Amino acid sequence: MSIDSTTTGGASMKKPRRMKLPAPNAIVGGTLIGILLLAAGTGALWTPYDPLKLSFREKLAAPSALHWLGTDEFGRDVLSRLMAGAATSVWISILTVTLAVVFGTLIGLFSGYMRGWTDRIIMAFNDALLAFPGILLALGLLAVVGANKYGIIVALGIAYTPSVARVVRGTVLSLREREFIAASRVMGNAEAFTMARHILPNCIAPLTVLATSMFGYVLLAESALSFLGLGVPPPAPTWGNMLAGSRPYIGQAVWLGIFPGLAISLTLLGINLLGDAVRDRLDPRMRGSR
Amino acid sequence: MFRFALTRIGMALPTLLIVAVSVFVLIRLIPGDPAQLMLGDLATPASLADLRARLGLDQSLPVQFGIWIGNVLTGDFGQSISSQQAVLPLILQRFWISAQIVLVAVLLASCVAVPAGVIAAWKQDSAVDLGLVATATLLLSIPTFWLGLLLLLFFGLKLEWLPVVGYVSIAENPWAGILYLVMPIMTLFLHEIGVILRMARASTLEVLRLDYITHARAKGLSERAVLWRHAFKNAFGPTWTLIGLVLGNLLGGIAVVETVFTIPGLGRLLVDAIFARDYPVIQGCMLFVAFTYVLVNLVIDLCYPVFDPRVTAQ
Repeated sequence: MSIDSTTTGGASMKKPRRMKLPAPNAIVGGTLIGILLLAAGTGALWTPYDPLKLSFREKLAAPSALHWLGTDEFGRDVLSRLMAGAATSVWISILTVTLAVVFGTLIGLFSGYMRGWTDRIIMAFNDALLAFPGILLALGLLAVVGANKYGIIVALGIAYTPSVARVVRGTVLSLREREFIAASRVMGNAEAFTMARHILPNCIAPLTVLATSMFGYVLLAESALSFLGLGVPPPAPTWGNMLAGSRPYIGQAVWLGIFPGLAISLTLLGINLLGDAVRDRLDPRMRGSR
Repeated sequence: MFRFALTRIGMALPTLLIVAVSVFVLIRLIPGDPAQLMLGDLATPASLADLRARLGLDQSLPVQFGIWIGNVLTGDFGQSISSQQAVLPLILQRFWISAQIVLVAVLLASCVAVPAGVIAAWKQDSAVDLGLVATATLLLSIPTFWLGLLLLLFFGLKLEWLPVVGYVSIAENPWAGILYLVMPIMTLFLHEIGVILRMARASTLEVLRLDYITHARAKGLSERAVLWRHAFKNAFGPTWTLIGLVLGNLLGGIAVVETVFTIPGLGRLLVDAIFARDYPVIQGCMLFVAFTYVLVNLVIDLCYPVFDPRVTAQ
C-alpha cells in the first residue's frame, strides 16, 4: 500500500504545478485559530474589564453595549473572562503539549535506539498506558498529583506522552537502517550525535502533525476537567469552569451557557479543519477528483 | 479461526497485566502509608495494623502486587472510605447505568453514521458529501458537556418536554426511566455520529479506488450492488474497530455527561472519589474501566472474521 501511494504521488509530482489557493477548510480553520490566538494574546495582557472584579449591581446583566457578552452571577464581565480564559487555556495546552513532546521524544529515541528487550519492555508499558481510554488516565493522575493548574499540566502531559513516544520510536526504527544513518556511523560519529543530528530532524514533520491534533485534545480535556471542577479552580476563569458555573443560572441567563461553549466549539472546529487540510495535503488519495 | 482467537486472547493478557501494574504503581506513587490511604484518616491503629498485614506491606513490592492482584481476581477491590461499602458491587451498580447510556448511543449512532458515511464516499465531492462531512465535523467539534447543556436548555427548560436532571431506574419505572435517559443518550449519539461518519467515509473512499470495484462495475452490477455488497463489506473493518474504541473512550470520559444531567453513573463515582480522596474507589474504577476497554476491543477483534475472513489467514 505504501509503495503504491509513493509511486502515484511521484507521478503526479512530475506535472507542472500551478499556484493553488489553500483549501477552504484550511482558510476557515486558520481564521478560527488566528482569532483564538489573538484573543488569548490580548487576554493575557488586556481585557475590557477586570475578569475577577465583582459588581453586584450588574449581576446577570444581558449582553449590552457596556458588556458585549453580558455579566455573570457576580456581575463579572463575560467577554473579559472569556479572553482571560482563552489565555489560560492556550497557555496550559502549549505547556502540556511541550511536556508530552519532550518526554515522549526522549523515551521514543531511547527505546528505538536500544532496541531488543529494553525497547520491548518500554513499549509494553507505553502501550498499556495507551490502553486507558479517554481522560481516564488523566483523572487517575490528577488523583495523585492534585487537582489544580499545575496538576492538570502534569496529568495531561503524562497522559499524552505515550502517543508521542510511539511516533518517535517508529520513525527511529524506520530510519536507523537507511544509508545516510549508516554513512554517519561509518564517518565515526558517536551514536548520540547521529541521533541528534540525523534522526531527530526527521521526526519533526510527524511530530508537528501530532502536536497540532494533540493541542485540540488537550484543550478539550482541560475544559472537560475544569468543567468537572478538577482543573483550574475558580475564581480564575477558564472556559470549562465558566460553563460549570453557568449551570444554576442557565434558565435566567442563557448567555452564560452559550458563549464559553461556543468558544470551545469554534476552537475545536478550527483545529479539526486545519487537521483535515494537513492530512489532505499529505495524502493526495483522499483529495479525490477535484 | 480457533488459532486466531487464541493468538488474539494471548495478546490481550500481557496488556491486562501491565494495566494492572500501572494502576497499582499509580496509587503507590501517592506519598504516605498505603494502609492509611486505603482506610482514611479515621482509621484505628488496630485496623491499620490488620490491613498492613493483609496487604503484605512488610514484604517486597512484587509480593505486595501479587497479594493485591490475587484479591482483585477474587473480586475483592477493597472497601470505600466514604461509604464503607465494598468497592466492586458499588462499581457494578454504577456501571450498568453508564453502560446503558453508552451502548444505546453508540448503537444508534452507528446505524445512522455508517450508511451516511458510505453514501458520502459514493457521492464524493458532491453537495451531499460536502453537507454530510461539514455536519459531521461540526458535531465532532462540539464538546459533549456543552451539547448536553444546549439540549437541556432547549428540550428541558424551553419546551419542557423532558425532565431536566436526575435519574430513575428503568427497572423501577420504565417510562420515567427512559425519559431521563433520552437527553444523555442524544448528547453522545449526536457527538459520535460525527466521529463514526468520517471514519466510514474515509475507509469507503479507500476501497472504492481498488481494481475489484472497477471490475464489479465493468461486469454490469448495479451501483447499489457494487456499493453495499462489494465496497461496504471491505470498508466496514476500520469502522468496526473504531466503534470499539469509541465505546471505551465514552466510558472513560462519561463523567462530564453524567455531571451535566446529574446521573449517578460510573464516571461520577470516579470523580466524586477523586474529590473525597477515596483511593480504593479510584483504584477500582480505573482498573475496571481499563479492563473493560481492553475486553471490549478483544471482543470487537474476535468478531472481525465474521465479515472479513481474511484476517484469520496468517
